[in-house]
Amino acid sequence: MGSTEDLIRRYEDRLAAFEARLKQLESGGPAPAPAAAPAARQSGRGLRLGVDVGGTFTDLLLLDPARGRTFTAKVPSTPDDSSRGVLNGIEKICGTAGIDPADISEVMHGTTVATNTVLTSSGALVGLVTTKGYRDTLQIARSYVPGGLGGWVIWNKSPNLAPLELTVEAHERMAADGSVVEPLDERQVRGELERLLSSGIEALTVALFNSYVNDAHERRIAEIAREIAPDIPVSTSASVMPEMYEYERTETTVVNSYVRPVVSKYVRNLEGELSSRMGDVNLQILRSDGGLSTAKGAMDQPVNLLMSGPAGGVAGALWIAQQAKFANLLTFDMGGTSTDVALIEKGVARTRRETRVGDVTVRAPSIDVRTVGAGGGSIAYVPELTKALRVGPQSAGAAPGPAAYMKGGEAPTVTDANVVLGYLPSGAKLGGDMEISRDLAVKAVQTIAEPLGKSVEDAAEGIVAIVNENMCGALRLVSVEQGYDPRDFALIGFGGAGPLHANALARLVGAWPAIVPPGPGVLCAYGDATTRLRDEASQTFVRHVADTSDDEVRTSLDALEAEASRGLGGGETETLYQIDIRYRGQGMKLTVDMTPEDFRREGLAGVAARFDAEHEQLFTFALDAPHELVGLRAVVQGARRDFIDTEGAAGGKSTMAARIDKSHRIYAGGQWHNAPIYDRGKLAPGNEIAGPAVVTEMDSTTLILPDHVAEVDRVGNLLIWPKGHERRKGDR
Amino acid sequence: MPATIVQSNDTPFSRVDVDPITLDIVENALRNARAEMDAVLFRTAMSPGIREQHDAFPMIANQEGKMVVGQFGSFLYGFIQGYEGTIEDGDVFLTNDPYSVGGAVSHLNDWLIMMPIFHDGRLVSWAAMFGHMTDVGGKVPGSLPTDAKMIYEEGTIVPPTKIYRKGALQHEILNILLANCRMPEWNKSDFFAIIAGCRLAERRVRENIARFGADTYISAMWDMLDRNKLAMGAIIQMIVPDGADGTKATFHDWIDDDGMGNGPYKIACSLHREGDVAIFDFSDSDPQSLSSINFLLNEEMFKMFFGAFTINLVDPQILFNDGFYDLVEVRIPEGCILKPKKPAALSCRTHMLGRIFDLMGGLLGQGAPDALNAAGFSDSPHFMYSGFGRDGEWYQLFQIGFGGVPGRPAGDGPDGHSMWPAFTNVPNEFLEAYFPLRIRTYATIPDSGGAGKHRGGNGITIAYELLEKGEISIHDDRWLTYPWGVNGGQPGMRSTKRLVRKDGTEENIPSKCDRIAVEPGDVLHFNTWGGGGWGDPLERDPETVLLDVKRGLVTVNGARRYGVMIRDGRVDVSATDELRKEIARDRGPDLPLFDRGFDSLDEIKARAKRETGFEPPADPVFHRFMRAAE
Repeated sequence: MGSTEDLIRRYEDRLAAFEARLKQLESGGPAPAPAAAPAARQSGRGLRLGVDVGGTFTDLLLLDPARGRTFTAKVPSTPDDSSRGVLNGIEKICGTAGIDPADISEVMHGTTVATNTVLTSSGALVGLVTTKGYRDTLQIARSYVPGGLGGWVIWNKSPNLAPLELTVEAHERMAADGSVVEPLDERQVRGELERLLSSGIEALTVALFNSYVNDAHERRIAEIAREIAPDIPVSTSASVMPEMYEYERTETTVVNSYVRPVVSKYVRNLEGELSSRMGDVNLQILRSDGGLSTAKGAMDQPVNLLMSGPAGGVAGALWIAQQAKFANLLTFDMGGTSTDVALIEKGVARTRRETRVGDVTVRAPSIDVRTVGAGGGSIAYVPELTKALRVGPQSAGAAPGPAAYMKGGEAPTVTDANVVLGYLPSGAKLGGDMEISRDLAVKAVQTIAEPLGKSVEDAAEGIVAIVNENMCGALRLVSVEQGYDPRDFALIGFGGAGPLHANALARLVGAWPAIVPPGPGVLCAYGDATTRLRDEASQTFVRHVADTSDDEVRTSLDALEAEASRGLGGGETETLYQIDIRYRGQGMKLTVDMTPEDFRREGLAGVAARFDAEHEQLFTFALDAPHELVGLRAVVQGARRDFIDTEGAAGGKSTMAARIDKSHRIYAGGQWHNAPIYDRGKLAPGNEIAGPAVVTEMDSTTLILPDHVAEVDRVGNLLIWPKGHERRKGDR
Repeated sequence: MPATIVQSNDTPFSRVDVDPITLDIVENALRNARAEMDAVLFRTAMSPGIREQHDAFPMIANQEGKMVVGQFGSFLYGFIQGYEGTIEDGDVFLTNDPYSVGGAVSHLNDWLIMMPIFHDGRLVSWAAMFGHMTDVGGKVPGSLPTDAKMIYEEGTIVPPTKIYRKGALQHEILNILLANCRMPEWNKSDFFAIIAGCRLAERRVRENIARFGADTYISAMWDMLDRNKLAMGAIIQMIVPDGADGTKATFHDWIDDDGMGNGPYKIACSLHREGDVAIFDFSDSDPQSLSSINFLLNEEMFKMFFGAFTINLVDPQILFNDGFYDLVEVRIPEGCILKPKKPAALSCRTHMLGRIFDLMGGLLGQGAPDALNAAGFSDSPHFMYSGFGRDGEWYQLFQIGFGGVPGRPAGDGPDGHSMWPAFTNVPNEFLEAYFPLRIRTYATIPDSGGAGKHRGGNGITIAYELLEKGEISIHDDRWLTYPWGVNGGQPGMRSTKRLVRKDGTEENIPSKCDRIAVEPGDVLHFNTWGGGGWGDPLERDPETVLLDVKRGLVTVNGARRYGVMIRDGRVDVSATDELRKEIARDRGPDLPLFDRGFDSLDEIKARAKRETGFEPPADPVFHRFMRAAE
């Protein structure tokens, strides 16, 4: 046995020991799994509505907790003013459910309005105030040029969201310890502001150097600006992101200003329209980190909504996880142009302190959703010289779309490959009334089959294999790279194309079962309707552990907890402390999560011990270097929502009733197989389908590969397992 | 004699057919593995140089040592040929000695880890990564003494050494190394971070073998190497002139001085093709210098530079590797400034390393002026500040500067950005929190980018207010010669440094200097250079010039270089027309392909004192003994 093997085994033993200890800690402390509490403050009849606005469809889900009923609806989105689509949907769903809109007391909403504002560069004209000497903070950024060696040859920087001609400097300076080096010259800054505020800007950002330790000058400048121009919204950097790193803080605050007028208008309109139809209704917006924000919170800090859309999907997956009793999940949301993946551990989605949208990166917490440019519309091509098969990132988009959609597309896409292989039956209807042409798909795929010297079926299988590999890379980023073994997780596939690829992805990463929830297209709305209120407060706290005390840290954390609780409007809450810590001198930091009770019991020694263990898990080594605290945070959540049990009537194993085409064929592993098509609507809990098979429903198609079996669980999920695989019955 | 590879299983690999899709999957898996190596390193390293600026580079090679993924090409083949000892399962090699690895690392600060990966008793791959240590001992803090005459002054030399032997860390060796560094905690943490990155590659390689089988995995790597050779063969035919009729492309550039009053030093290269093989010949470059500006250029690494800049033309997604090395020959004479003889000092090779990129751009671009870029921020200049603070603790900062990316066919050069892959600046708030200094200004320098249809990027001015008694060192260049413009574009502005003492006295600081004593309250203004311009500045839209002026990137006066007259915040159209006509008339119809901003070295030296405040450097005298070792 080679010594490398020994090393790896030792590493894996340590990992196992660490995990065992974590589990012990988990069961010892109350962790984030509290006793269910009745939802506070409900008016009307207590009905809850989840609304998810996507690019093509607006999905709605109505929950009636008292009677244990749910209703779903799907209406076209109205991109010019998405609140219209929302209202149309509400009308439709109330009609279906036979209820009065006034019976709805809470509306939970995931929105892409902030994201789209950034992606389409349609935000506000933003003015910026910096410290003297720092007007070029956004222009220089971090000096980073992407693309590796020679990447600078083709890279062009995207324009600053606060243009330099609308950037002014304030004569003032704070030191790194918060002391005033140079007092604010109010006369000077007032003069600059008067010019700037009358230049046509629609929002103002104040981002001063070292304001994360002392923001007195920022606040004063904001006051002066409001005196001069009360109607122009002002964002100050220390209130949006009270953390070190001037570029990141400035950029984050500028993005906040950039999306703020658009988001405020949208939320205010929606709130107005809702209350005119429903009376006293409580509108809440889903944030990037998966928590809910009040309407006012959303309008003040819209930078926290940039990932509101994908967060809805993850929240929906969490809800499914709760129902299906799987606590560890990889989520896999595959759409037309991109795929979002995330990791849920012990019923909690992993979050990170950063949000990325297009070229824009901000320091705002978000669910750790990784996006790859691989979707149903990704185009396959073969570079002439290297003869490699490449898939994406170019996409056929909605127009012209895949060749099979008969809308003029000619390039071979992933969807075309799925059609050629029979995974997406040409008889299937998509969400709209789109027809599918297998002939056109074959013709498109043929264009790459020739240069590859392969049959059209083998080329199509190649396309699917490559795109699966690309998505597998994203799954690795959220799992293996974070120190998690994907084999300890189940994989849930949703979105338009997720159910087609879920089985293959699960096989690639060894995550079983592959779960396809009922209505995989409206999962985001489920997420919106079932998530909880959440707010947080944080501060930079750079201090050697040896130079501070449990008492000092607890006092700060208590203050943060009080601040974060304010936005939740009372009621039952639970708190999680997050302590950012590293070895003194390191650049990164890890976040240690602790309940207040844990912290009282273990103190800073416990924080350091947990950090050492996680460092070793992630990086294979720990150091005997001194520890340094970096930041403190308190996350406060409202009471957990009670879930509705949608358990259906059990059926037998037989699926004859649901079979709609027994002669269908698919191509997999280099040969054609007989693969019947089933109607999902006619499947019942307890049914089992042996692969290969295809399951269709209103807006989605699930593929079950040869040598795999799908069972319908008690709440209607399809659970796909390898034939003969031991079936875990959930792990929570 | 090559190293002895000890395997418990000597079954040879057999080359099997790998279908193209499996091949692409292996390629993606290795691409992901390399990205993961970086992620682990940056998160766990301690020195700002690695952790914030990302001065570290990973690689995965096949069992023969040929790089399959990575950045700078493989030195492993050379190492395996030259190492007199065994390579066994569990061994990990550490070296920082440029002379032992043919320049694979080019100064002692770069610690290189090489890890053979075994599976089932056989050597199946290599993982390697090097990172810049803030200090490796030697005569000055930071271990980069400009005036070193021998490498022994630059720190502790580590020839290739088993730092892990059959899986066991050789603590005593590591302790000796750490005992000779000024910042041992940083070295230690960075060292383990690099090891962790390589271990990760090891796991990935073994997962791949489990997934595909050893023969398929090994064969896929051979195929990937072949694929690169095919692509680069075609590129070489396309862009390298056939030398059969004596045609050669030639280009030269300089670094300004050696920090000891001599310069400029020329590097020159010619390029032609003999059959399939492209030949780069550096014979006309100057001999080695007596100071530490020499750059031991690894031939394989240069091949990689060449490939990386051209492969994007045909398949930007390809994983670039060593496969095409047989198609390129690099000729560098012994004793040349690019191939100095041991024990020549090497620590300050950064200027020459950067200038190679300007040289290659000028050389390759002549064949295709439309694709030609101007000269840019071809350097990674250093600022160092160290001493004992009032609390008695040692502080030591090493920082890299950024400047103007050149004007390019693709557009204006970004201001104050990096031309080196993965590098980022260190946030000033971070510096102020951890070092005794205050950064008063961090801004771009208006007009420092060369005028052109596409403007050169501006350099950066940094005002460091120093808060403790200590010493500063600076290593910079382009204070005399200019970053050139192309296709009618003008050169960018030079670099300058000015030290303003607390008592108000001011002095210009030379481009290269070590250990200048500073007092609390002194302010150093560190001004980097801009990028050259691309294309005729008279063709730039006057409204774009006006916007640059409003943005503070170009001054009203600087706009005249574009023939644009600005009055009261507007373009004065008739005055602009007139000025543009006048400039066009004066300069004549033919614009130079290259504008270096001077006619000859004598001419630019004659105006050095007037323009820079410094006497021109003396012409280097190349002593016989520098060649004597040949």
